[in-house]
Amino acid sequence: MSHIKLKNLVKRFKDTEVLSGIDLDVPEGSTLVLFGPSGAGKTVLLRCIAGAVEQDDGEVRIGGEDVTDVLPEHRGIGMAFQNFALFPHMDAFDNIASPLTACGKTADQIRAGVDTVARLLKIDHVLTHTPKALSNGQKQRTALARALVSHPKVLLLDDPLRNVDAKLRFEMRLELPRLLADQGATVIYVTQDYREAMALGDRIAVLDGGRIIQNGTPEEIYRRPATINIAKLFGDPTINLLDVVPQSDASGVYATLSDCRIQLDPGLSGNVGRECMLGLRPEALSFTTANEGVPVTIEAETPFNEKAVTLVTTLRKREILVSRPAETPAPASGTAHITIDPRDAVLFDRQTGVRLDPNGTSHAAEKAA
Amino acid sequence: MDHRSPLERVLRALALTAIVVFFMFPIFWIVLMSLQTNETILRSPPSMSFVPTLKNYAAIISGELDSNAGSMSIHFMNNLLNSVLLSVFSVALALLLGVPAAYAFARHKFRGSEDIAFTLLSFRFAPPLLVLLPLTLYFQALGLANTYLGLVWVYQLICLPLILWIVRGYFEDISPDIEHAYRIAGHGWFATFRKIALPLAGPGIAAAGLLAFIFAWNNFIFALVLASADKQPVTVGALAFVTASGIQYGQIAAAIVMSIAPTLLLALWAQRYLVEGLSLGAVKG
Repeated sequence: MSHIKLKNLVKRFKDTEVLSGIDLDVPEGSTLVLFGPSGAGKTVLLRCIAGAVEQDDGEVRIGGEDVTDVLPEHRGIGMAFQNFALFPHMDAFDNIASPLTACGKTADQIRAGVDTVARLLKIDHVLTHTPKALSNGQKQRTALARALVSHPKVLLLDDPLRNVDAKLRFEMRLELPRLLADQGATVIYVTQDYREAMALGDRIAVLDGGRIIQNGTPEEIYRRPATINIAKLFGDPTINLLDVVPQSDASGVYATLSDCRIQLDPGLSGNVGRECMLGLRPEALSFTTANEGVPVTIEAETPFNEKAVTLVTTLRKREILVSRPAETPAPASGTAHITIDPRDAVLFDRQTGVRLDPNGTSHAAEKAA
Repeated sequence: MDHRSPLERVLRALALTAIVVFFMFPIFWIVLMSLQTNETILRSPPSMSFVPTLKNYAAIISGELDSNAGSMSIHFMNNLLNSVLLSVFSVALALLLGVPAAYAFARHKFRGSEDIAFTLLSFRFAPPLLVLLPLTLYFQALGLANTYLGLVWVYQLICLPLILWIVRGYFEDISPDIEHAYRIAGHGWFATFRKIALPLAGPGIAAAGLLAFIFAWNNFIFALVLASADKQPVTVGALAFVTASGIQYGQIAAAIVMSIAPTLLLALWAQRYLVEGLSLGAVKG
């Protein structure tokens, strides 16, 4: 009974509309990642669901029930704040215990509950410390423990890994999915980190400018981003974007790059002659030893442990990033050729930034319908 | 940690001493005066050597004022008690009304909230003398003149705006997320106010209460006009020392020492609350 449904949610601060008509559906027990740049309205949206902020229009339904008029303390939600929001005058134990004291548990039940969750999150040795004496990682775990301790049916996690160091963030990214699955709660997880989003979400909703611009599985968001902006936000190194004008002949629709044909999906024939951007993931490109493919000049290479990223330029000095698994051979300098897997190419309208769908309709148009 | 050179430290100590002496000297001198007779005080040139006497304190406490013109009785201890009563009850009432009001102004932006808050502050703009005449007339008509209740009420003009505006700032400094977190954990708004907002604004409330207490204690004009002898605080009562037969410096000094002692003690006691910065480390900025 913890299905979250938002209908046309609107929130204004003074005259600025921070959320303009959010519709969202999070099935019971699933995890939705709310992804977006800062200022997109992610935190406000979470607060509306928690009841800390009152929406101006629309409704929030939890478990099928409209909770618009339900006070935050009666919504049965666990929430972890980005800034932790620990109670500075209470020790870690009392912080974690606060949801339990509210529902009138006995001292023994409270102790047992806090101990269990503290052991789970490996903070059982610092329960007597005040927040001031905790490290950032411990604060973050304490805040998480406080959200989890009463086994809420709905968990709202507002970028809980934002303020912890890289090592801990990586560990938590691995631990969290299991932890959330064990809870069996419906989770909305806010983040600005696309890796976190891909790792944790059953679905990802991309929020920008107070609107959801795409809502899909991590795979969909990565493979078929709705806009150029989303394509840029997901993936490291970032997607290559090249100005092209699709053309067609007897053999199908194609774009040209350095006089080479890149075959496009025949469904894109409606966009022939339109000013477009071709999006190519760096890992969809590969070097070839044969003398076919796009001729490029190698400019620089950045080796990472697991992959190597090469910056190349085309004949017309357009820069392209190519990513390949480490230890695969590649020409170190001079001229080379790259091949492109056309299935990985995505086409965007250059004017609107919206992805052009091979089925003839753009994603945005689909959504509006 | 300390990179200062010895010379720098000596100079710093000297500067600090100079400042302390400058500010504390009048009080030090009054303490000395309170331990002397009128004759030794009025010696010329003044001298630091004298035989200390507690006669002044004895006279004030017993209420028997001896002067060269004869003996008269004063009610200084009664005045002191009045000061304590008026200040304590005024501050208590102002805290009771002002702290919840400050919380409301800090957290709930309702229509006209700024105007109401400003109106309350504006009570402090008007010179007290301006409002005293109408106030006296009203109080006489209502039977509030020369009552503790009436005085405590009028003292709210001094204490309430002060507490309201200082405490409001402290409430605003508490991250709303901390309160939201407590609400979402399942506690009602009143529990949140009591368990989160009040303790976290504690130092601010202590500071505001102390300031209000000092202002109330030092108030002169309201009590002078609205209270008769038996309800007057020390500020007004001190006028009795200026007699036809001369000014009793020693006794005035003793009275001053006794009347600043309570505020001084209160300030020393409240100091630990004032310096305690509880909010540190609570949220990541």
